[in-house]
Amino acid sequence: MSQRKRDIKLFDPTLLGTAIRQSFVKLNPRAMIKNPVMFTVEIGTAVMLAVVIYQLITGDLAEGQLWYNITIFAILFLTVLFANFAEALAEARGKAQAESLRRTREETPAKKLTTNGNSYKGEITIVASSALKMGELFVCETGDIIPIDGEIVEGIATIDESAITGESAPVIRESGGDKSSVTGGTKVLSDRIVVKVTTQPGESFLDKMIALVEGASRQKTPNEIALTILLAAFTLIFIIVCVTLKPFADYANTPITIAAFISLFVCLIPTTIGGLLSAIGIAGMDRALRANVIAKSGKAVETAGDIDVLLLDKTGTITIGNRKATNFYPAPGIDEKEFIGYTALSSLSDETPEGRSIIELANQKGVTSRPEAGMEFISFSAETRSSGVKTASGTDIRKGAFDAIRNMAVKAGYRVPAETESQVEKISSNGGTPLVVAVNNQIKGVIELQDIIKPGIQERFERLRKMGVKTVMVTGDNPLTAKYIAEKAGVDDFIAEAKPEDKMNYIRKEQASGKLVAMMGDGTNDAPALAQADVGVAMNSGTQAAKEAGNMVDLDNDPTKLIEIVEIGKQLLITRGTLTTFSIANDVAKYFAIVPALFIASIPALQALNIMGLASPQSAILSAVIFNAIIIPLLIPLALKGVAYKPIGASALLRRNLLIYGLGGIIVPFIGIKLIDMVLGVFM
Amino acid sequence: MTGEITGVVLMFLLTVLLAYPLGKYISKVFQGEKTLTDFMNPLERFIYRICGINVKDTMTWKQFLRSMLTINMLWLLYAFFLLLFQDKLPLNPDGNPAQTPDLAFNTAISFLVNCDLQHYSGESGLTYFTQLFVITFLMFVSAATGISALIAVLNGLREKTTQNLGNFWVIFTKSITRILLPLSIVTAVLLAFNGTPTSFDGKDSIVTLQGDSVQVSRGPAAAMIAIKHVGTNGGGWFGVNSAHPLENPNYFTNMLEMFMQMIVPLALIFALGFYLKRRKLARVIFGVMTIGTLLLLIPTIVTEVSGNPAISRLGVSQVTGAMEGKEVRFGPAASAYWSIVTTVISTGSVNSMHDSSMAASGLMEMLGMMINAFYGGCGVGILNYLIYIIIAVFISGLMVGRTPEFMGHKVEAREVKIAALVTLLSAFLIKAFTALAAFMVVHHPQIGWAVQPANWLNNPSYHGFSEMLYEYTSANANNGSGFEGLGDNNIFWNVTTGFVLILARFLPIIAPVAIVGLMANKKFIPDSPGTLRTDSWTFGMMTLAVIIVVNALSYFPALALGPIAEYFSLK
Repeated sequence: MSQRKRDIKLFDPTLLGTAIRQSFVKLNPRAMIKNPVMFTVEIGTAVMLAVVIYQLITGDLAEGQLWYNITIFAILFLTVLFANFAEALAEARGKAQAESLRRTREETPAKKLTTNGNSYKGEITIVASSALKMGELFVCETGDIIPIDGEIVEGIATIDESAITGESAPVIRESGGDKSSVTGGTKVLSDRIVVKVTTQPGESFLDKMIALVEGASRQKTPNEIALTILLAAFTLIFIIVCVTLKPFADYANTPITIAAFISLFVCLIPTTIGGLLSAIGIAGMDRALRANVIAKSGKAVETAGDIDVLLLDKTGTITIGNRKATNFYPAPGIDEKEFIGYTALSSLSDETPEGRSIIELANQKGVTSRPEAGMEFISFSAETRSSGVKTASGTDIRKGAFDAIRNMAVKAGYRVPAETESQVEKISSNGGTPLVVAVNNQIKGVIELQDIIKPGIQERFERLRKMGVKTVMVTGDNPLTAKYIAEKAGVDDFIAEAKPEDKMNYIRKEQASGKLVAMMGDGTNDAPALAQADVGVAMNSGTQAAKEAGNMVDLDNDPTKLIEIVEIGKQLLITRGTLTTFSIANDVAKYFAIVPALFIASIPALQALNIMGLASPQSAILSAVIFNAIIIPLLIPLALKGVAYKPIGASALLRRNLLIYGLGGIIVPFIGIKLIDMVLGVFM
Repeated sequence: MTGEITGVVLMFLLTVLLAYPLGKYISKVFQGEKTLTDFMNPLERFIYRICGINVKDTMTWKQFLRSMLTINMLWLLYAFFLLLFQDKLPLNPDGNPAQTPDLAFNTAISFLVNCDLQHYSGESGLTYFTQLFVITFLMFVSAATGISALIAVLNGLREKTTQNLGNFWVIFTKSITRILLPLSIVTAVLLAFNGTPTSFDGKDSIVTLQGDSVQVSRGPAAAMIAIKHVGTNGGGWFGVNSAHPLENPNYFTNMLEMFMQMIVPLALIFALGFYLKRRKLARVIFGVMTIGTLLLLIPTIVTEVSGNPAISRLGVSQVTGAMEGKEVRFGPAASAYWSIVTTVISTGSVNSMHDSSMAASGLMEMLGMMINAFYGGCGVGILNYLIYIIIAVFISGLMVGRTPEFMGHKVEAREVKIAALVTLLSAFLIKAFTALAAFMVVHHPQIGWAVQPANWLNNPSYHGFSEMLYEYTSANANNGSGFEGLGDNNIFWNVTTGFVLILARFLPIIAPVAIVGLMANKKFIPDSPGTLRTDSWTFGMMTLAVIIVVNALSYFPALALGPIAEYFSLK
């Protein structure tokens, strides 16, 4: 699936073709009216077309020269097309992104299972994946591509999910529990599973996502609506400005052509943001998709930017999944090398990550052990709460929880060294797990296992803190351990010995005080909390219930993804805000270009307002309109990529963006219009 | 000249210095704490009893507005009919006639809405009875209405989540008994001692040095002139307002009137800080408003002090600055100061003729009224500023990547819609009606009206345009000052400005009360480090930028054809 992982270029040639075609299709006024700003431009363009046709028929030059009117018409037409193009390109990119995900699962042959009764043995027929209906069963065996999303009802399998997640390490999925979900397009590497279809064809998350991007079911988010209202208000103000200008101009004895009126109007209304608004929204969803997150609505992405509290599971998010051995503490009178030798020996056949980490640490300390013939490995059991090894010579080495080993030792009549006991306490209070080692029931020392905090996680939390997001660690550990890790990782709060309902209560409590809460979860017992949270991200590996409850699904099953999601949400809002500011700030320069141009003939004194020194009224107006048109495609990359988010605090961020997009928005058009005027001067 | 400037600086500093404690006092009054004026308690209790007001009643924002608008409607009818029949009423020693229906309509609305656009001269257009029981009465209640609306808004912002914006009747009564009345009494006494008439006698007759016999109008003027300024009303007892030697006898009364028109609006800003326990926010608002005012004031003073370039070109020395239309006893600096203060604050009283201001000054005066939120009128200035804040909050919220919020409440589509409508309204009223007037002048100059449009304008060209633009700007801002030089006492101007006045008064009051009423109903969101602080200077500057850009975009073409064209032609 290298195809999907390839980053789609901003102006991919195949996408450009689609986008250009769509820009014309979108000219349909019924589609345009959804965007009031661009709709008025379309009307203006139509009026200019009428003027041009009228001139062609009658030859009347009262409304200005024909070539000039045709030029204005063409530029206005381009302005509308550019805006449509921005939207179409964003749509095409999002669609391409989603399509390539979807392509894998289409028309994959599926081994449909017809069952009799409850046993999952029955007749297998090969059908197309699209023919599978919800609730039906299919079988996947080694080497099969899973045809559609579903839930394993029988069996266990290793699955290669790299097609979806890009992660090459296979994962294990099994029936029952929280790891029973499989995604269409992934490949079964071993074993055989029976899967129940959980979605109707065309209704999977991906299908929903594609529909959202395509605009069919894309609804404006509340924030987008508010912004549209504001832009509509600005448009109305400029309608008032332009309409009243007619009697004002009559009073000043200045005839103003229709072309000049429409040019002034189109330049003033916020076409830049109006043209890019929907592209920005689609691009936000697209960025989420690119981060391998499927958002069920645009609103969810937007809400993510507002999150105040982030609930994170300790394991896998803050710490790398497993504990590691960090220290050996031999009991008094025991030689360190000897002690390490025992621990290594006992862990040789221990395939758990903890066991491997003990061998690793032992090697570092210069102790290497080799398996001896006749060694018998004793695996961990809930009953003994210890594991170990029996050598051929009869030495019995055990390691396990302190109280389990102590019981063994005491039963055998040995004393527990006081040093060991205090060491155990010390390790616990430091957030570690003590593993006590006994040889033939006699305690020889303690191994310290520590949670390893993911590298770089502190910086990420610091970044979140600067964004104003409070991080909460959720863990099953006891409060002491939890506190230690929380402090070390730099989270703001923690829930220790957490039960599923604790998460729920915490979310409710925060929400009651007006906070927005995000969480990630995978299990069925996470579902209520996922539903309760303002942003609930379900892992793709999680159960169907969890995925239904959340409003986003993370294909990578990466718990740190929440942080990215928050940034994507913020970026979306920021891009809208800065481009609005830029668009409105542009008007200052446009006024200075057009107003003197309109009146200079009858009020020569207004030449003083022509601070750009534009060559002639005609070229001034043309320059402004051209600038207004070309700024839209120039800003498409910014709209699609999003304005960079910097967690530097709200006021600093506002200052920064005001400086760049506010002040920049005032200055840039002065330069741009002047340059265009100079170029036009060559031709006119 | 240094002395004149010093006078201006002194006036301003003194006002700010005293506005601070007054703000603290106002905040205490509305929090029901003990204050110096508690001796008014019995009077208030008496008013509540005879009016059947239950002090404990609470009001939602809708109930609050309903009470406010109903009583305002009653006052309008009351004023209209008294003006219509004033010739039949007592206290008319000069035998002045009744107002025509269109003038009575305009006058009644104008004073009801705290504007005081006067299309008549007080000496001949009113009687002592209507001056006192219509004009002076409306001056008190209109200012108190503005203050009450502000307090309602503050009540909504004060609580985390609330339905209750306070009891209109109680707030309204206290606005008069605790703020307007005490300040007015002091002012009136000081004015009376400086020569402003306080008499019920009719015109006095004197013989001038030239030997002419002159009739001098009088009346119980001092009382009215006091509330005229304290309540940021601005309507003069005499036709030429505070340029009249009896309305504004000397430099001291000039300072006093200046001080009194600024003190309440300024104090209300500080009161906001104390009342909401957000003093930093109040400081930032005060700072932004002051910067805005200075941006208008400094060019005006410079322009007026430097004189008219057209006269300079004639080789005439103008050491005293541009003196056309100004009183010698005040000079250009104090007149320029007054002309800006009276236009940024919606007083609209004048001590010089704005028609004679230099073109650049006229521009600044109009800008002050178009913005209408630098200090602004009693209560309403801050309400107008709040609308700009909502728009600034929305845009800057987006710019920092957070759904916009103000004072712990989300600003969403509904609030933005209301704020956008109000912003739109001003642009619409000013420009649409100026366009209508310009249209009449150009296309129907000889239409068969009593006063033909051709005769409206004293000046042709740009200045004539400014006269029309100024009139509607003043009406829209509820300011009331006039560029004059405009034949405005006729049906066209009386009726059109009347509509502008009433719409531009009540919609911008209803809007912020509604916005806050809606927001106060929402869940309270505590500040977090990611919240954009609205009491920061960064946000203050953002608000200033929004104010400047919105107004520049709305009015630039119109201003370019009026004062800006005139300015460049004169240069």
